[in-house]
Amino acid sequence: MAHYDFDMPISDAQVRALRVNDTVSLNGTLYGIRDATQIHMFDRGRKTRFDLRGHAVIHTAPNVKWVGETQAAPTGYAPLCVGTTTSARMERFTRPLMEQYGVRIIIGKGGLFAASQRAFADLGGAYLAIIGGAAALETTWIEQIEEVDLDDLNPESLWKFRVKGFGPLLVAMDSHGGNLYGTIATAAQGRRAEVLAALGVGSGK
Amino acid sequence: MRVDPIEVEEAAKALYIRALKLLPPDIKAGFRKLDSAETDTTGKAVLGTMIRNIAVAEANDNLLCQDTGIPIYNIVIGRNVAVDGYELKQAIVRGCARATKEHPLRSSVVHPVTRGNEHTSCGRLVPVINIDFSADPESLRIEMIPKGSGSENNSWLKMAIPADGIDAIKTFVIDCVLEAGGKTCPPTIVGVGVGGTADLCVHLSKVAATRALGSVCEDAEGARLERELSGVVNALGIGAQGLGGDSTAFAVHVETAATHITMNPVAVNMQCHSARRARATFTPAGVSYGF
Ligand code: SF4
Repeated sequence: MAHYDFDMPISDAQVRALRVNDTVSLNGTLYGIRDATQIHMFDRGRKTRFDLRGHAVIHTAPNVKWVGETQAAPTGYAPLCVGTTTSARMERFTRPLMEQYGVRIIIGKGGLFAASQRAFADLGGAYLAIIGGAAALETTWIEQIEEVDLDDLNPESLWKFRVKGFGPLLVAMDSHGGNLYGTIATAAQGRRAEVLAALGVGSGK
Repeated sequence: MRVDPIEVEEAAKALYIRALKLLPPDIKAGFRKLDSAETDTTGKAVLGTMIRNIAVAEANDNLLCQDTGIPIYNIVIGRNVAVDGYELKQAIVRGCARATKEHPLRSSVVHPVTRGNEHTSCGRLVPVINIDFSADPESLRIEMIPKGSGSENNSWLKMAIPADGIDAIKTFVIDCVLEAGGKTCPPTIVGVGVGGTADLCVHLSKVAATRALGSVCEDAEGARLERELSGVVNALGIGAQGLGGDSTAFAVHVETAATHITMNPVAVNMQCHSARRARATFTPAGVSYGF
């Protein structure tokens, strides 16, 4: 189990070095993306002007406050509370994000599935687990909202955050087929019969 | 006792913000209990981060979680309370919208077809407003629950049949917890509705999921079922955030209702670890806030 500090963006070699249970902290740029953002990008033909190659995206839609454009808030938005949403709904966007935009890392909660796992192996990527619901803490790792695109979808805009020491995040899916959620879920299924027996299921009680 | 709609509007606004920032003491106690019993290293680290987040939210006067949820207001009106019911509901909607605009909060509420967001946390039939009555002579209580989507998206109803018995209920609950995995932001409160009609059963599961930790089902059979399920659910090993360990759930809560001779319905609704709720109580002495 190693720890990595990444200055974003990163290379194919860097992401392929990651193994499940390693930890990662990010510095520099992080993009925020969500359901509507990706529905518009991949189903409705919209494009972003951002260059996502080698970058990480986080499944989020932040609470922001309009403060007017200043040096500290170049978009006019100040981050109030930035957290992470359940990744499972966005499974089908992993491959196009990586193929069309060169994204390397997806950050989310709850994990992704087999299609994403294959995309990570084929194209060089990884999934980093963040603690869902720990948004007050996560917000302290965000320095600024640097830019925003597709903002008609607000709060599901494409956000460009500048982050510092964003983590430690747990590598939960890697490019070598490692999948922590899968391992845990399989083990839990394996305990199902025992738990039902403890509840007296099938005993005629 | 008369209740002024202006005060209700202020309370509806204050409650939404308060619920998003302050975790109730029973949930904090639930965290301490899980943390002291956790044997898995990853599980321990995940719980540690969650507990730290509660402190950071309080220190920075920030929201615990970015998901402002679907706003739910549960109103319980006492016997000698005079209130214009229509105006009461309007006041709740106005207070909810003002919290969203004035704090500001992310509006997480959209039209189900157009997906249009009014940026008020309000829309058709939202906030959800439930009204009930109590024997209390002079009090009006408003409970506010911002229901996060990660947990709400994991909701199930099964119209089991009488021949399947209680086994069907127990098996369904365990299978729902397995299916939810880490998507609900465990540790959760697993809310189970047993009996009623389909809609009542689902409603009961929500009531169960959002009840304070340590509270017990009023029906002795329901209480027995929740004790049994609470006793075994953490043996599944799904753990906090679905990353393994002993902290899958704070508890399983059960609520029951009478049902039809041909029916055996069971519903599951979950509340995530950001188990937020806030309460305002109006009495002749004024308004007080709690959980
Ligand atoms: S499930 Fe709960 S804790 Fe997790 S992101 Fe949603 S509201 Fe927050």
